[in-house]
Amino acid sequence: MAIAGLLLAWQLYAELSGISPTTLPSPWRVAQQAWIHKTALYDNALPTVRATLFGFACSLMTAFLLSILMDFSRPLRRALFPVFIISQTLPLVAIAPLVVLWFGFGLVPKIMLVALVTFFPMLVALVQGYEATEKEIAQLLQSMGASRWRVFWLARLPSALPFFFAGLRISITYAVVGAIFAEYAGAAKGLGIYILNAKNNFRPDLVLAAVGVSATLTLVLFGITVLVQRLAMPWHRFEREQAR
Amino acid sequence: MSGMRLQLEDIRKNFGETAVLDGVSLHVREGEFVSILGPSGAGKSTLFQLLTGAEHADGGAISVNGASVSGQNRDLAFMPQRDALMPWRSILDNVTLWLEVQGMTRKAARAKVTPLLGEFGLAGFENHYPAQLSGGMRQRAALLRTVVQERSLLLLDEPFGALDALTRTSMQRWLEVMWKRHRWTALLITHDVREAVFLSDRIYVLSARPARVLHEFQIPLPRPRDGSAKGLQEASAIEAAVLETLLIREQAGGPHP
Ligand SMILES: Nc1ncnc2c1ncn2[C@@H]1O[C@H](COP(=O)(O)OP(=O)(O)O)[C@@H](O)[C@H]1O
Ligand SMILES: [Mg+2]
Repeated sequence: MAIAGLLLAWQLYAELSGISPTTLPSPWRVAQQAWIHKTALYDNALPTVRATLFGFACSLMTAFLLSILMDFSRPLRRALFPVFIISQTLPLVAIAPLVVLWFGFGLVPKIMLVALVTFFPMLVALVQGYEATEKEIAQLLQSMGASRWRVFWLARLPSALPFFFAGLRISITYAVVGAIFAEYAGAAKGLGIYILNAKNNFRPDLVLAAVGVSATLTLVLFGITVLVQRLAMPWHRFEREQAR
Repeated sequence: MSGMRLQLEDIRKNFGETAVLDGVSLHVREGEFVSILGPSGAGKSTLFQLLTGAEHADGGAISVNGASVSGQNRDLAFMPQRDALMPWRSILDNVTLWLEVQGMTRKAARAKVTPLLGEFGLAGFENHYPAQLSGGMRQRAALLRTVVQERSLLLLDEPFGALDALTRTSMQRWLEVMWKRHRWTALLITHDVREAVFLSDRIYVLSARPARVLHEFQIPLPRPRDGSAKGLQEASAIEAAVLETLLIREQAGGPHP
């Protein structure tokens, strides 16, 4: 609804103010051009999707493994956390060209950048989630003679799930942007390079069309995480009903 | 002494600077229902932490079935304060938790526990999640999870503390029946005087922190304590005496920080 209203206002403004379509094209024009250039858009979206998914998968696995190590070792947690926080303060604009310089125009630097921007929210969510385990549940398992690893598997990991999915939703919104940024810094194909070219050719309509595609991608990924959460946490629904 | 299930002698425990248990001695015999009654924050749950091995005493001796305890895997089953049901497991899988920890497969554990569900009023709810159940049912599930461990002593930490008055009363009656039928030996923590008197053979009244045993009460009321007029009258006389012990010592000790 809000999006429809925004588009309508934009359409009206673009038509009535007499602004040149090379400065601000109307949404209708963007849609038309997107349709005309759909093959090129599709061809360029594909590498972006690939970089996003691979990068995200790498980041997810690394975050998961490291979170377990950090949960089992307090010194490791103390040592590593500052490093990760610093990694988050690095400006992407500066990092992206460097990574491309070091690793070339292929898939690797893109995967690395996507991983870099999505890694931290998931790691923090997992580590915090483990900590949120109900004290009584841990004590109960201990009284049953469960090992530390069993306590982690039976109690700490499931307790972290709601936190994990919250972190996942934040991460996924960064993922596409991260990939586009990497392509912007240098790529043969991809939405990032498509946007760069369209800008250089004074085609704001195609820039916006590509932005539309990336926004749709992000929304789809977000939707998938919500779906996965429903499947992975079927009890969550009842807890929310109860809270009301 | 034979038939002695649990013996605590002069147990002391500090958390940093705070003395929590200041020389607690008590015992539980086979088949007895014993309660520990004391104000909130006295150190009652801490006592159970020492028994389960989650914490270590700074002084004193604990023996279960006549043997001094050390390490994990003691012959007692613990029901934590609040039900501590795992929200992500169905009721059935919560109840089988201990069997699974012992290495039984999920399937075998389920088969073993299923016949017990009816007696605990959980039949038909085995596939529900804890969030879908009423408070009373959750407590029965938590109790079933405790008794399937078939240990020689049940440690129950304020099992009915979070229930409304009506549910609590009916749960207390149900527990008395179950205890008698199954010949459990139970040590119950509560801060509810009526609950302690209704359920127990003996009551240890603890002081506020740092906790000591103020007094030991015998409750010679006949069982089953189904709430007959005569029984109620005798019970309320004992309740008054217990309450007096708690309140007078509270005043004598002065306000606590
Ligand atoms: N792990 C702990 N570390 C420090 N203080 C604790 C710890 N556990 C309990 N305490 C303190 O010990 C006191 C007794 O707690 P507890 O045994 O839970 O009381 P209750 O009688 O209400 O069950 C409280 O003041 C509590 O703050
Ligand atoms: Mg307590």
